[in-house]
Amino acid sequence: MAETPKIRVPKTAKKGDVIEIKTLLPHIMESGQRKDREGKVIPRKIINKFAVEFNGKPVFSTTIEPAVAANPYLQFFAKVDESGTFKFSWTDDDGSVTTAEEKITVS
Amino acid sequence: MRHLSRRAALALGAGSAAIALVGWSKSASATPQAAAADIAKFTGGAKPETGKISIELPEIAENGNTVPLSISVDAPMTSADYVSDVLVVAEGNPNPGVATFHFTPLSGKAEASTRIRLATTQNIVVVAKTSGGKYFTASKLVKVTIGGCGG
Repeated sequence: MAETPKIRVPKTAKKGDVIEIKTLLPHIMESGQRKDREGKVIPRKIINKFAVEFNGKPVFSTTIEPAVAANPYLQFFAKVDESGTFKFSWTDDDGSVTTAEEKITVS
Repeated sequence: MRHLSRRAALALGAGSAAIALVGWSKSASATPQAAAADIAKFTGGAKPETGKISIELPEIAENGNTVPLSISVDAPMTSADYVSDVLVVAEGNPNPGVATFHFTPLSGKAEASTRIRLATTQNIVVVAKTSGGKYFTASKLVKVTIGGCGG
């Protein structure tokens, strides 16, 4: 996957804070409902799963259907008790996985 | 960057709108029954209680290709009591499923936002499952001016 996700995570937080995270992955999210000019159905190709871990522990994930708009945007929260790394992953219908990491310092 | 890609996506959607509309009128639309079947699968047959959930959606969505949706469930989000899964279904799309959010105590809040596609004016139904095995539900009607056809 050539596309680079856009991720917004605060750089620092206080222990116990609930922080807001925003992510967006550029992706066509082809629904499988559309037809091309010859009337053939354009095959479905979407991001079907998004997951976030913090220091190896699951924080948030989403099962995604074609009804999620192109360039899937997700905003959610995370409670941080220690410094560490968020790992993000987007799974494509074709099996490819886009990953990204963001660090946060918790004092 | 974000604006560019969104614009590109909209242009794509508009270009294929006519074709897609024909496509959709032929394909079977989801019905409230299909949505209810999805919900029954999610709850394992349990009847969800009304409440605890707030859904933020525009009253009128001018462009069904990208409709902002926010969901928040009132829950303590401690390891003893948290919302684990939230199902979102659309009663008037070709397929009722929209997304399922999975939360953990590390989520801090049972709250998430995304952008969805809506084919037509319809009800959005949200069902939340708590770690204690309870189910809550809420729904909201959205009026859609231009269906999220192609996109």
